[in-house]
Amino acid sequence: MRERESEWTELMRQANAGDGAAYHRLLNVITPVLRATAQRGLARAGQPTDQCEDIVQEILLAVHLKRHTWDAAAPFGPWLFTIARNKLIDSLRKRGRRVFVDIDDFTDVLPAEQAREQLPAGEVGTHLGSLPQRQREVLQSIAVESASIRETAAKLSMSEGAVRVALHRGLANLAAKLRRE
Amino acid sequence: MDTNELVRSLAADHGYRARAVSTVLAIALVVAVPVTGAMFMTRLGMRPDFMAATGSPFFMLKFAVTIALVIASLALAVGLVRPGTPVRKAAWLLAIPVALLTAAIAADLALPQTSAWSTRLVGSNSMVCLMAIPMLSLPLLIATLIGLRHGAATRPMLTGAVAGLIAGGIAATFYAAHCIDDSPLFVVTWYGIALALVALVGAVAGRWALRI
Repeated sequence: MRERESEWTELMRQANAGDGAAYHRLLNVITPVLRATAQRGLARAGQPTDQCEDIVQEILLAVHLKRHTWDAAAPFGPWLFTIARNKLIDSLRKRGRRVFVDIDDFTDVLPAEQAREQLPAGEVGTHLGSLPQRQREVLQSIAVESASIRETAAKLSMSEGAVRVALHRGLANLAAKLRRE
Repeated sequence: MDTNELVRSLAADHGYRARAVSTVLAIALVVAVPVTGAMFMTRLGMRPDFMAATGSPFFMLKFAVTIALVIASLALAVGLVRPGTPVRKAAWLLAIPVALLTAAIAADLALPQTSAWSTRLVGSNSMVCLMAIPMLSLPLLIATLIGLRHGAATRPMLTGAVAGLIAGGIAATFYAAHCIDDSPLFVVTWYGIALALVALVGAVAGRWALRI
């Protein structure tokens, strides 16, 4: 457990130093853990686990947009799990349930639980459709068609800077729409 | 969009670097303080004997208490918008203004006075105090909430209440320069009620403004 979290901390430090690959890897390694904790939280609240992936995506967006609030001198795990718990409680409330989620739910996820399959998510996709055209096109190109920023810029006849701005605004808009739901 | 696709777009956005929360909060306050200052100068102004009053310990103590409150609340708020950060130590800083005021009340009650303690508590300007501090704090509260929104408040109501203490504390610092009631008994009662009101407004506003 501790080893895993110190790996995250190390990856996030590298990411902050400008290593994009380390950041991508960090997101990939935390995703299954977030999925397992979201599934468990939903099960405990007596909710169907079919919205699990929506919650995972909401947590990932929050992690991404708020990562500047992580203190590089502190371990990454407590920061991550505080955000995850907050988002999980919020989404359970949104679904009309007041629940108490134990902090332990987020600290002792066994690796075996991480193998659970990924269910389809709908909310982010739905909101994607209501974004301004440029932001939607850029997100489609980068996320779905896995084009790079440069390729996207060429394809949409935009500057790379404009692609970056549209991408960031698009993600921030998605998070805001999820929050307002 | 499946999760792998979302993760890909997040990784691609890694080049975007957000400003530190404390920077955004500082900018917001630098904009709002002159607004409150202008409200103060046009509607209230300094008390006529301001220069003479600076020699009075109880007058100066009002500023010590309100400024200590602002600094402690700022430290607490910055911790509250960093998830996973223990805030207990920062919360203890709030004991500084409380201790200052408690000591001042003890001194006020111990010293020989020309008026009864109840007269000093009621003062002469309590209604102005109750109106002025919340009004002066409004631009500051909006600015503080905007600044803290840039962080990640996992306890939005509590963080909003602390935002109210920051805003109310700065507003009270201005108001103290107008107010002719210097007794700590007056300060604890009327400044206290006004600050509690601003903290309450902050808590309610924080509930919707500060969700991550």
